[in-house]
Amino acid sequence: MRKERLAKLLFGIGALALALGISTLVLLAAKAPPLAAYANIALGALGSWDVAANVLVSWVPLVLATSGLLVTFTAGLWNIGIEGQITLGAIFATWALRALQGAALPPALAIGLAFAAGMAGGALWALLTGALRTFGGVNEIFGGLGLNFVSTALNIWLIFGPWKRPGVASMSGTVPFDKSLWLPTLAPGSRLAPASLALALAGIALVFVLLRGSYFGLRLKAVGRNPRAALLLGIPAERYLLAAFLGCGLLAGLAGAVQVTAVYHRLIPSISSGYGYLGLMVAMLASNQAPLAALVALFFAALNVGSIRLPIVLKLDSSLAGVLQGSLVLFFLLGQGARQRLLERKRGGRP
Amino acid sequence: MTGDVLIVNLAGLLASAAPLIFAVIGETISERAGVINLSMNGMILLSAMGSFSVALATGSLAAGFLAGAAIGALVALVVAAAGISLRQSQVAVGFVLALLCRDLSYFLGNPVMGQVGPRLPPAPIPLLAGLPVAGPLLFRQDLMTYLSLLLVAGAWLFLFKTRPGLVLRGIGEKPEAAYARGARVKALRYLYTVLGGAIAGLAGPIYSLSVKAGWKGSISGLDGLGWIVLSITIFGGWKPFRAAFGCYLFALLQWLGLVLQPLLPGLPSQVLQVAPFPLMILTLLLVNLGKAEWVERSLATLPGPARRRLSRVLRALNATPPAALGTPFEED
Repeated sequence: MRKERLAKLLFGIGALALALGISTLVLLAAKAPPLAAYANIALGALGSWDVAANVLVSWVPLVLATSGLLVTFTAGLWNIGIEGQITLGAIFATWALRALQGAALPPALAIGLAFAAGMAGGALWALLTGALRTFGGVNEIFGGLGLNFVSTALNIWLIFGPWKRPGVASMSGTVPFDKSLWLPTLAPGSRLAPASLALALAGIALVFVLLRGSYFGLRLKAVGRNPRAALLLGIPAERYLLAAFLGCGLLAGLAGAVQVTAVYHRLIPSISSGYGYLGLMVAMLASNQAPLAALVALFFAALNVGSIRLPIVLKLDSSLAGVLQGSLVLFFLLGQGARQRLLERKRGGRP
Repeated sequence: MTGDVLIVNLAGLLASAAPLIFAVIGETISERAGVINLSMNGMILLSAMGSFSVALATGSLAAGFLAGAAIGALVALVVAAAGISLRQSQVAVGFVLALLCRDLSYFLGNPVMGQVGPRLPPAPIPLLAGLPVAGPLLFRQDLMTYLSLLLVAGAWLFLFKTRPGLVLRGIGEKPEAAYARGARVKALRYLYTVLGGAIAGLAGPIYSLSVKAGWKGSISGLDGLGWIVLSITIFGGWKPFRAAFGCYLFALLQWLGLVLQPLLPGLPSQVLQVAPFPLMILTLLLVNLGKAEWVERSLATLPGPARRRLSRVLRALNATPPAALGTPFEED
């Protein structure tokens, strides 16, 4: 057992080394100095308290999305529609805040309601994908992708149509909310809100407990491993799949609501910022382990924030972060396959 | 709209569907052999960027197109190795490649962004190009548009009228049976995944060297098309002609979006641009509806003639994937 864990760790380090190797080749191909690029990413993520706080700001939605995905992955579902679920969460939260802006509610209550609305929005969108899958036979990958496009269209329509800024509508989004409705941050000017950090930690902890220690989690795992066998054991598989979508949608919607209330204070066109897709990669790399997922998400968030320096300092595209993340997950998957094949060969034949 | 304008627009439709056809037929071949290549979205971007860079550097269109096919084949090879030999989830590897290739294309494409490169010229066919109606519609296209039409017919002939085509379908449908009859399932799956990838890889240069010439990074308007390619493959029921119909339908919807724009001033242009995507999902729903149990049950309550007619429609729309799609196969 210990030997196996050691092998896993070694393969993980190997994947990281190979990913760095590929990224270095890519940088050389672009005639860019690799060491300076990596140094700038590190500096951009850890160089000051401000940028380190920004890493946490981007960690929050990523962790919320990832914890939702851990639920759907456990059920054996590929919830690519999570991008749309985040977007719908943001839209619903914006709608709630716009509606409550005039009302004389205590701000804490209004923000709380906005979070609830965001969660409802994400859940609604996730259940739509789930219903398409269970009742319409549309694979959740394609139903989810389609709904991602629909959510983008809906978002842009709202920003340029009914919710446009007085005067001229623009890509910069809707009118910012009243300052009293911004989630309070650590320091003036900072975007790091302790409340959103707490929500992210609560989200991942909840999912950890749910999947690790609950009867629901156990049965969800059974459904994910083998839906037919689960059905024979008397587990209503369809209901569990829908429940998984619901859980993921709630967390994804919360991520969208956080982006609106704590980070942008308004609705912007690309509000999901790709956190959903990135979360899918985090969940894969963490092999569905919640604590590991939180760490991987921190690393990925640091890469994202750090790479913002690349276009400014080195005139390189910031998509280098995506190249690093993507090749890391790719080599991890390839390594995992190689390790499993080696293990089989050693044991002589397949298990 | 006069007849001439209509013909020009229809001819444009044939050309703008050409890259989709290459991608969808490539994916259809791969999936028929049992391997789902989910990397399409990033792969098309990477092959569009790569082939544009190569064509720009060498001044040769042929080199550009070759580069596009090579990139498609290489990405497919990774999917094949991971899925067939290492038995990892084809969906997982394909998805990661879709994101990785997209970011690679944006990063590496930075220096060539916005440059003017070579462009595939129209190649009117002598004599035929002078025909009324058919001339401007069919025979004044460029080389790749002609090839897209031939590709559909060729793929159909190969899949359904030849012995290797029968074996190809066999390894995606019942690999054990095909193996028992002497087919080298793994090697053939490698072959058809890479071949399908190379064909689909041509979609990139058709965009960047012809239909949407140039490379404009993240605003190239190509992001998302690869996902549509995958849904058209399903809509096409893994049959070349039906798949081609799906491509033309999508191109038509996109064109309608452009035409309707001035008529609907209240609607932001971005909304109409993405409208075809959800519509494709709606068609997927129709394609799958006939298989759902509750549909069968509610059909049974209808009176006879109506039930028969409705179930015939649903059956005609129905599409069943290759039975062994996405699953690994072990030869022993």
